Amino acid sequence: MARFLVPLGIFLVLVGFLYVGLNLNPREIPSPLIGKPAPDFTLPGLKDPEQSFSRADLLGKVTLVNAWASWCTTCRQEHHLLMELARTEGVQIYGINYKDTREDALAYLQQLGDPYVISGHDIQGRVGLDFGVIATPETFIIDRKGVIRYKQTGAITVEAWRETIAPLLERLEAEEG
Amino acid sequence: MRILLLFLALFASMPALAIVEQADVMPADFDNPEQKARFRALTEELRCTVCQNQNIADSHASLARDVRRQVLNLIKQGKSDEEVVDYLVARYGDFVRYRPPFDARTAVLWLGPFVFLLVGLWALLAFIRRRNREQTASVLDAEEQVALQKALNALKDHDASAGGDK
Repeated sequence: MARFLVPLGIFLVLVGFLYVGLNLNPREIPSPLIGKPAPDFTLPGLKDPEQSFSRADLLGKVTLVNAWASWCTTCRQEHHLLMELARTEGVQIYGINYKDTREDALAYLQQLGDPYVISGHDIQGRVGLDFGVIATPETFIIDRKGVIRYKQTGAITVEAWRETIAPLLERLEAEEG
Repeated sequence: MRILLLFLALFASMPALAIVEQADVMPADFDNPEQKARFRALTEELRCTVCQNQNIADSHASLARDVRRQVLNLIKQGKSDEEVVDYLVARYGDFVRYRPPFDARTAVLWLGPFVFLLVGLWALLAFIRRRNREQTASVLDAEEQVALQKALNALKDHDASAGGDK
């Protein structure tokens, strides 16, 4: 009897592993930056290059930092949700315009609306590199002290907003500054 | 026709993308052969987080290009290989290393193969031992042993007498 049970057991364990593996998203690489202070950066503003966007702008409030680009189709899908969050939920969204030309990025905001308090123009992706951005869109939730608390890889979906991000923002708002 | 238009649109948009790209690392960018050797060793050992089955050296992903450029910058700044790897691990996690460090999370990964090897050896030994026991115990009984010995002796005598003919 053991003759059959042992291979069957091994087979079932293997099936279990494969089944779990099938449902994992290989794009979701855990970020080592969670729980760490957001990297120090300064970027020229997208709309006004004279204006700058730096880490200091994020302190003292709970913010969303969204890495986006006009060439990124998933960003387009996410955009209307960002607009809504900025308009109706009063979420402070900051943008890192990642490896984009200024004209393309401005045209994109012109066409779809601008949910960002300010967008920095990261033309070479250097700040993106410091944030460990792999592929836009990625969104970081940053607390009052400037610590990264969560990373959303890929577009923010309505479910992700409802189940994860909104409760987290609420919790962070309640934290001592 | 539609597809053709789509391709045309894609090609038309390429120059726009190209403007944003940083220049890739070129052979002329190295100051000396030692720098080049270090760069190659490092980029071959780092994993591209976009095309996850390629290393940084081989990947055409734009992120891999940025990382290559950054690795060269760090080497030129006099950073050690370890510092370069740490720089990337701080941003992308152990995922960028093809050889993750040995710690509590990776213990199963590192030790697993040896555990499987030991289990396999143990199973093989147990199998061989059981087979030997079965063979020696059951193949011939005492009477057959005597008969076999007789037959062998007879064969030997026959060989000895026949040996003279050769």
